[in-house]
Amino acid sequence: MIGNLQILIDAPALSLQLLIDGILVGAVFALAAYGLALVWGVTNVINVAQGEFVMLGGFITVFCADQGLPPLIAVPIAATALYVLGWVLFQLVIVHLVGRDMFNSVLATFGIAIVMQQLMAHVFGGADRIVESGLGSWFFLDGLIGIAKVKVVVFAACIALGMTLALFLARSRAGQAIRATAQEPRAASVLGIETRRVYALTFALNAAICGAAGALAAMAYTIHAYGGLAYTIRSFMIVVVAGLGNLAGVVWAALGLGVAENFAGFILGAQYQIAFVFGLLVAVLVFRNWRLKRKRLTLR
Amino acid sequence: MPDALALTPTRLILIAAFLLCGVVAPLAAPAYQTQLTELLLFIVFALAWDLVGGQMGYNSFGNVLFVGVGMYVCAIVQVGLFYNVGLYTEARGGGTEFIFDESQFLIGLAVGLPGAALVSALIAWLLGSLVLTMRGHYFAICTLGLGIAAGQVAAGIPWIGAGSGMLTPNPPDSLGDVGLLLYYLSLGLAVTCALTFAWLLSTRFGLALNAIRDDEDKAEAMGLNTHAAKVTAWVIAAAFLGVAGALYGNLVRFIDPINTAFAGATIGVWMILMALLGGRGTLLGPIVGAIVFQVTKELFWTYMLGWQRVALGVLIVLVAVFFPYGIVGFFRDRFKDKGRPAEEAP
Repeated sequence: MIGNLQILIDAPALSLQLLIDGILVGAVFALAAYGLALVWGVTNVINVAQGEFVMLGGFITVFCADQGLPPLIAVPIAATALYVLGWVLFQLVIVHLVGRDMFNSVLATFGIAIVMQQLMAHVFGGADRIVESGLGSWFFLDGLIGIAKVKVVVFAACIALGMTLALFLARSRAGQAIRATAQEPRAASVLGIETRRVYALTFALNAAICGAAGALAAMAYTIHAYGGLAYTIRSFMIVVVAGLGNLAGVVWAALGLGVAENFAGFILGAQYQIAFVFGLLVAVLVFRNWRLKRKRLTLR
Repeated sequence: MPDALALTPTRLILIAAFLLCGVVAPLAAPAYQTQLTELLLFIVFALAWDLVGGQMGYNSFGNVLFVGVGMYVCAIVQVGLFYNVGLYTEARGGGTEFIFDESQFLIGLAVGLPGAALVSALIAWLLGSLVLTMRGHYFAICTLGLGIAAGQVAAGIPWIGAGSGMLTPNPPDSLGDVGLLLYYLSLGLAVTCALTFAWLLSTRFGLALNAIRDDEDKAEAMGLNTHAAKVTAWVIAAAFLGVAGALYGNLVRFIDPINTAFAGATIGVWMILMALLGGRGTLLGPIVGAIVFQVTKELFWTYMLGWQRVALGVLIVLVAVFFPYGIVGFFRDRFKDKGRPAEEAP
């Protein structure tokens, strides 16, 4: 561990490499976190199955690649499939959770996550999967730094998707309805917005975003039937750090998390990278609590 | 609540009959001994979850942390008293060098079980002041993270077998049926747990827990030391979970860090399901829930082989969405039409 730290100090180029890779993977986290924040803000449901949506999107890319289709085709397919899945799940399960005790929503979505994990393991197997893009890498600084082209493509696509979504929420009528419902569901329904349909739209939209993020991620990063929970936890952590309704904060927190995770994975060893994510979650929540407590003390 | 727990003659007879069943069961149905032992441990898991989740309203998704800690601590003590743990795990617990004779095995268990309780309680106490100040979503997700982080860390430590897990000591042949010993230890634990909780909930402390569940700020404003009560309940639950985990480790004989010890997606969520299925915030609920759950699980395992985990996941969703008051709550609603069990606390 100390040895790895020494390597980083001796080779600044390596640090730069980790930094770039961290930022590139951060865009995927940002997209999933944005979706989580959207559902959280509008329906007050924490979707624990968020990561499983991402993984399912990834497996759709794997499936398409196995059929000989170009992987990028999988992105709209995954988004559509997950939109439908999200809508069905909403009508069957989530609709009963809106406005209920938070415990029920966490437990029920955790149940959905378990079902999806098991089904994905049944259908796609329990191994790590990745779709080879065959795009190669760019090399800088005499080959000391290599950036996989596909990671840049994924990064750009994630940013583009996120911006489209933000624009949709800001400008379109449906987006306005979603924002109105988030602010004050009763007033919104008095003004003629069918809040139940807005909730369904929000949840399905979130699933579609996750599916697209996962479909993109599968081209550059490994996906795994049981790997979803880490994505859920990352999304939750990012939203907690950024605060609900703070899009810029989500992006910054996600990129920061990507970088921190990459460095931690290198310094502590790759086997501790997931442990680091979950440990960081606990640390973030404890810190948030400590700050809230101090604020309360000063208010007194 | 206190009068609901009073020992009327009918109740005493019921309890005695229940105990008799418990003592006779493994002798009457030796084929189901392992499942029965598991059931008793599940009852402890569900009761311990419910003390914090149902009675106090702090819905932990990471109680599996204490189960895993207990499992590992007990196994480490059992081995470590007589051999080098590192060498033992390296040899995968097998070979001819690592033989435990009768007294070694029993001493290991006798020291390991209280050790597991102690370490689990200590960890709960240390974490308590950090974690128990969170509420709602934050507490739920934080504990979920804790449980999984612990599994990932355990999977990285070579001394306890890292990702390939650790075997509990082989019981010597001269000891006869160790399964029976584990059964009666589990029975003792389950009975102790139920009686301790029944007593705790009949005291002022029980009222304090319910007050915290119903409105923590008000309870605090009325002069209740909510933090002390929360940490105490969490520590007591952790101690029971630790011992139950230690016995569970010895029952399954193989401790996998992610799939047995810190199994958030199985035991970790099953204990919540059991408490919820039976009736959250009642003493009888978790016991009934564990029995129903264990029967259901075994049926799923028999008739839906390969798909049992999917079926259990669906069951979790169904119970959480459509049956949140549980079996006890259902009957209470039906026949008394008042005195709703704990639910929808803000």
